[in-house]
Amino acid sequence: MSKLEQRELIIIGGGSAGLAAAIQAYDEGVRDILILERDEFLGGILNQCIHNGFGLHEFKEQLSGPEYAERFINRLKERHIDYRLKAMVIAVTRDKIVSYTCEEDGYVQVQANAIVLATGCYERSAGAIAIPGDRPVGVITAGQAQHYLNIDGYLVGKKVFILGSGDIGLIMARRMVLEGAKVLGVAEIMPYSNGLNRNIVQCLIDFDIPLFLSHSVSRIVGKEKLEKIIISQVDANFNFIAGTEKEFEVDTLLLSIGLIPNNYLLDNIGVIPSKTRGAVVNEHLETMIGGVFSCGNVLHVHDLVDFVSEEGRLAGHSAALYLAGKLKKSGNYLKTIPLNGISYIVPQYVNIDNIEDKVALKFRPVKPLKDIWLITKIDGVVVKKQFKPYLIPSEMVDVSLDKALFHSGNQELTLETEAKV
Amino acid sequence: MSKEIICTVCPKGCHLSVDENLNVQGNGCIRGEAYGKAEATNPVRMLTSTVKLVSTKMVRLPVITSREVPKGRMFDIMAAINKVTVKAPIHVGDVVISDVCHLGVDIVATRTIEE
Repeated sequence: MSKLEQRELIIIGGGSAGLAAAIQAYDEGVRDILILERDEFLGGILNQCIHNGFGLHEFKEQLSGPEYAERFINRLKERHIDYRLKAMVIAVTRDKIVSYTCEEDGYVQVQANAIVLATGCYERSAGAIAIPGDRPVGVITAGQAQHYLNIDGYLVGKKVFILGSGDIGLIMARRMVLEGAKVLGVAEIMPYSNGLNRNIVQCLIDFDIPLFLSHSVSRIVGKEKLEKIIISQVDANFNFIAGTEKEFEVDTLLLSIGLIPNNYLLDNIGVIPSKTRGAVVNEHLETMIGGVFSCGNVLHVHDLVDFVSEEGRLAGHSAALYLAGKLKKSGNYLKTIPLNGISYIVPQYVNIDNIEDKVALKFRPVKPLKDIWLITKIDGVVVKKQFKPYLIPSEMVDVSLDKALFHSGNQELTLETEAKV
Repeated sequence: MSKEIICTVCPKGCHLSVDENLNVQGNGCIRGEAYGKAEATNPVRMLTSTVKLVSTKMVRLPVITSREVPKGRMFDIMAAINKVTVKAPIHVGDVVISDVCHLGVDIVATRTIEE
């Protein structure tokens, strides 16, 4: 058997997280880096996100997705970091052997010293929500429609309805209207929108597209092609309320019903996923397998690419520390626990011995909250109490905690909300 | 008659009410007042789209307006954008249409296509 190829650092995914990770690791002295990207271009999903609004944190200006990606790609190329395009990673083992195929190299197995997983997320599809009725052509995810329109140049329909008020769906509503389609409405099963306010205003209100809150599609009708859909109001338990049906004649139903971390490479080797369906990680974004790091949408779905880049940099930094032998393997582990009002926290563990200056906890509330205290406790003692005028599930929030708050032997950290009286 | 406007300056999304004398109510901060006045008098938006591209790698080139354009002119600009074909090589920031619809605004490329 031929000898395995060796690499210091393999980064799986050349989108916003992977690019940032590679650049950061390089700048901290790692030279033997390989990025494996399955698409024909670097940049990931940004390439099809032609709308603007990216980069306010990262570049202090508003860029379109391709522009944002290009800035990172240029930084990568200035550093001559090695990458492969159209490279499909088939498997990763617990011993950090990465198997991939690509035109240039054929089938390759590489032994990596460290791996950064930056494989992004995928869209929940029609199969995931089992809408009653027929299964005609014309029901597709918003991201697929976005690729068809912005990359391939095809408008997938003329009379469109959108299920789910996620940002991609809202942005596609505007995009398709501008290209001549009619968008008849957006239904959202929750009593509040899941999209950013700006998108509600600039994508729906600007074009008089109605948003039906607490509504979902109760029937799909169409023999071969989609002919119409029926939406109904839902009650507090998300059951359809009889008598509330509305009918729309459409040729396309776009689904914008959620994104799921594309974590299959780790799922396949028995790494137990967290509540976000990404990997369980510590403060350095290291998974339960030493030297394997996860960042970006494969770890938990983000709403702003700027924060994906930031997380990618942390993963690149952590990989560089690991490769230099500067991350302690064992140590005092503290568990982070979301309590009242908080849906999840990343990271799930903090190795107290490896904390550098601060620990940033990222989280989302379970529902929109107004005028609340956000309380962080370590072993039951309040270490931070912040007033928040509003928290909404569609916006990730972070709490930054100084190293000095942590002590050897701490067991658990909790994050909870409390109404301000 | 006052206009009801959702503020988009920050994610809080205050519900503004702007009367005919441009008095803004409901804003949580000073930026909301300026936004409310602008939205009530001359709402503007950035517009992004794609144009037909002749290249060995891609078929569409993403483009953007060089600055915000009046909201009511978006469809006119789209019509102009959809008449254009460009040829690679092209670089980020290259002007694809200058002075689109005589608005003093250019349509520029948002991606570099080398070949």
